[in-house]
Amino acid sequence: MSKRRPYVRPMDGWWRKNPYFVEYMIHEGTALFVAAYAAVLLFGLLRLAQGEAAWNGWLLALKSPWSIGFHLLALAAIGYHAYTWFKIMPRTMPPVIVGGKRLSAWAITGSGLAAAGIASLALFALVWGMAR
Amino acid sequence: MKRELKRSNAPIFWALFGAGGMLSALLGPMLVFITGIAVPLALILPADTMSYPHMMDFARNWIGKGFIFAVIALFLWHAAHRIFHSLHDIGIHAGTGARMTCYGLAMLGTLLAAYALLAIGF
Repeated sequence: MSKRRPYVRPMDGWWRKNPYFVEYMIHEGTALFVAAYAAVLLFGLLRLAQGEAAWNGWLLALKSPWSIGFHLLALAAIGYHAYTWFKIMPRTMPPVIVGGKRLSAWAITGSGLAAAGIASLALFALVWGMAR
Repeated sequence: MKRELKRSNAPIFWALFGAGGMLSALLGPMLVFITGIAVPLALILPADTMSYPHMMDFARNWIGKGFIFAVIALFLWHAAHRIFHSLHDIGIHAGTGARMTCYGLAMLGTLLAAYALLAIGF
């Protein structure tokens, strides 16, 4: 090892000093909940493949207060992910030209959120219709 | 001198990230509400919404199979890509090991989901 110890500026908690980066870390952090929810679903799918008793065990586990608490947090986090996904969409997609004018950022975000609302209602109606 | 341009694999991971991000933005909150809150607490939806016969019918139908596979696999690839690219921000070196861990877990989950859906049959 070298005897020299060059100064390295500490970067711990750099993002906490600026509200913009705090928001950035929160919206990047929603990925942890997306991953955890996918893992819950994957585990359920594996239990489904193992038969009725295994599946019912998974359904029972979903009723525990820990599971309900986790899903409430996941709902908030993934809901926030959905909001930020469409909020930054004007900057993540190529410009849309309608009638010679560039579509405003507000219109893109608004249509994204509207699409999410309609898709969610359609999904709920579909599940409702299939379950009855 | 013959030098071919090396093609980047970034567009593949970026596309999976984008597809998973879009799917989870469109349907994620409602899916969490249905599977994690409404069904376990028997709110609004009938208590047997996710009963074994119902779910087996859904998982045997090719549309249902495709939906389950898309949700699990794309959510995992979306999260893996985002977590991998955030590692640097929290002071973890995003090298080959981190890359293999993030994308490797997404690949493992994808293969497990495919295996389970095939085991369930048609």
